[in-house]
Amino acid sequence: MSEHFSIQHFLRGTFHQGIHPPENKHFTAEKPIERLAFPPQLVLPLSQHAGKASVALVRKGQEVVRGEPIARADGFVSVPLHAPASGVVKDICLMPSARGPMVESIVLDVYAGDPQEVLYGTEVDVDAIQSSDLMQAVQDTGLVGLGGAAFPTHVKLSVPEGCVIDTVLINGCECEPFLTTDHRLMIEQAADLVAGTRILMRAVGAKRAIIGTEDNKLDAVEAIQAVLKKDDVVSVKAVQTKYPQGAEKMLAKALVNREIPSGKFPSAVGLGVFNVATATQIGQLLPQKQGVIERVVTVTGPGIERPGNYIVPVGTPIRFILEKLGFQGSARHLIMGGPMMGGTVSSLDTPITKGCGGLLILNEHQLTTEEQMKRYPCINCGACVDACPMMLNPCELGRMAHKAQYEVMAERYHLNDCFECGSCSYVCPAAIPLVQYFRVAKSVNRTKAAAS
Amino acid sequence: MSEAVQLKTSPHLRGMHSVDKIMRHVVYALIPVSLFSVMQFGLSALALIVTSVVVCVGTEHFFCKRSGKESTVSDWSAVITGLLVALILPPGFPLWMAAFAAFVSIAVGKVFFGGLGYNVFNPALVGRAFAQAAFTVPITTWTPGMAHRRFLEFIPTTLTPPFLKPDFEAFRVWVESLKIDGYSGATPLAMMKFDHVEVDTLELFLGTLASSAGESSALLILLGGFYLAFRKMLNWKIPVAVLGSAFILSGIFYLKNPEIYPSPFFTVVSGGLMLGAVFMATDMVSSPVTPIGVWIYGILIGSLTVMIRLFGGLNEGVMYAILLGNAATPLINNLTQPRIYGAIRKRKEKAV
Repeated sequence: MSEHFSIQHFLRGTFHQGIHPPENKHFTAEKPIERLAFPPQLVLPLSQHAGKASVALVRKGQEVVRGEPIARADGFVSVPLHAPASGVVKDICLMPSARGPMVESIVLDVYAGDPQEVLYGTEVDVDAIQSSDLMQAVQDTGLVGLGGAAFPTHVKLSVPEGCVIDTVLINGCECEPFLTTDHRLMIEQAADLVAGTRILMRAVGAKRAIIGTEDNKLDAVEAIQAVLKKDDVVSVKAVQTKYPQGAEKMLAKALVNREIPSGKFPSAVGLGVFNVATATQIGQLLPQKQGVIERVVTVTGPGIERPGNYIVPVGTPIRFILEKLGFQGSARHLIMGGPMMGGTVSSLDTPITKGCGGLLILNEHQLTTEEQMKRYPCINCGACVDACPMMLNPCELGRMAHKAQYEVMAERYHLNDCFECGSCSYVCPAAIPLVQYFRVAKSVNRTKAAAS
Repeated sequence: MSEAVQLKTSPHLRGMHSVDKIMRHVVYALIPVSLFSVMQFGLSALALIVTSVVVCVGTEHFFCKRSGKESTVSDWSAVITGLLVALILPPGFPLWMAAFAAFVSIAVGKVFFGGLGYNVFNPALVGRAFAQAAFTVPITTWTPGMAHRRFLEFIPTTLTPPFLKPDFEAFRVWVESLKIDGYSGATPLAMMKFDHVEVDTLELFLGTLASSAGESSALLILLGGFYLAFRKMLNWKIPVAVLGSAFILSGIFYLKNPEIYPSPFFTVVSGGLMLGAVFMATDMVSSPVTPIGVWIYGILIGSLTVMIRLFGGLNEGVMYAILLGNAATPLINNLTQPRIYGAIRKRKEKAV
């Protein structure tokens, strides 16, 4: 907390408004990244990304080698999938997903006792790849935004016509409480991060890159600075610790003071924004011509005995992780991602996917105190108005949602600019589920638009 | 390992404030002001505060039960209204009239609109406005503070039997028996307005002069306000805007003619302005929520107060100024919608 009161803190860049939820990073911030044992079985949904689902390249009973492509991209907004472990394809069938619905997945029985070396892949000189071919190379890695949105990374590399990207922003804010994956990556794999950043710069034709992180991770800033050259085009900058600093719109404001126009992409103001985990993976995978097969996940919260930052193969069932790390049996509130924007896990048998950077296990104590919060009518306190990072008026929006005036909300009160960070619901003393209302409103509007 | 999992939507964390907690802390902040009032005016002030709080809470409870709803008195907001009603009445105000004012404040000011969160006006001020119209003489009858027998006897008007006029003759005799030098029965504001006599601003700030039960000590009111602002339970911009605008506007008049106009320092510490600015204009329900709206609202209240005091028929205008500010709140909210992040200007949109 002390750094929040220093003068340097207030001189650092930031965005307007926002909130300060308890950081709770102490569970795992000091824990080096560790590898977890391979589970006996992996579940690999064919759709772990935004866009079209991948198409399976393997059939039932087929042996696969760790790192081998097992599904191909279906079109441009899609990515391939690689085998996270050597084993045999048990089935390709519908399996439960973290969000709830059953999804088409490849179920892989992992060979026990296999050394699980990555045999697949060839070394290539990345500098020799023409920048026009970089996009294809990135798609072949199967990379998606590892910060959570899981949008295929190569799609972001295609600069829209008429836009010139001058700056790449690498997002290492990790503003969600509890999570520390990006923090550890920046400390432990700074060289790969910077290498990946340079590749991304070349791919979009940017002249400079800024790695941004919150000032509760100044050790990460030092680690990155140590691998930068003198007068480097890549720089690292600390911004004020505040939620939701990790949203790309907030980061653009804090680092280069640009506002991404409503409904537009960062490219509209000359920016390309990527997560640190994504950049690090690019730095690691592209020179080896390999695909994404594992990721770092922060397993944390009061409901787990041994919290930490763990490398796990994509497709590892949550139950396996919990059993390995000492699940405190009474806890039943599991969140994939952070506590502010992450979704609850529908079943313990669902797998870790590419976009999942955290597994948070809250316990019953937290559950009950939250449940005890009584609902009151809106008292017009304006806390939500002062919290909204988009400067919307959640107070007014909430009233309208109450009356189901969803279209007015979108037309007059900028509902569609809400990116559902949840700051309004967090601060509301009347315990009005504001962001939850807004999700419903948006979804109803979408359905209506699709119907007409 | 249990199979059932809790399904919820984000955010899974919640901030620390809740409505009842905010209201409870406002009550805490009003305690020093109330205690000072009792210290200054004795038994009468105590009876006034107790009556008003009991009637407010009782009225809310009664109406909730009558309409078949769960009682909402546990949210503490009725206690705030009760305290405020008592604090803005003269200390010797007949208790039956105070009970009436308290009943009106909750019934008309709050319940009729739909309860907490739906009231357009500050309920305490609705009650005060009712009392001002219904009981014109008692509400302008002021008692000197620090009377030496204040803890032994009531001010004679306090115990007026219900529905009877207070015995002002007995009151006059009682005041004379106190033998206080130079006491004219007028508040500093009235003296200023009608006789152009300005009392010592420091005495006003500390609160040792005739006033309503709880408006006297600007210092204690400010302390309560600082506490709430520090706990983020009060929008500090509103009192700053109210007091600032009142200070500047009255300062302009004072510089023009210090003979007849009060000094700006006198303006901000006299009468009910401090209590109004800190505890009543800031009532969350009836004040705007937008960042610019809050300033406009505060400036409106501050300048209206000065205009009423200097040019209106009354010597005090805080109550009407705040009620007018409350009335303007929906309009202010509507006209001052914040500029959103990444907003594309309307003109540009048309061009596209």
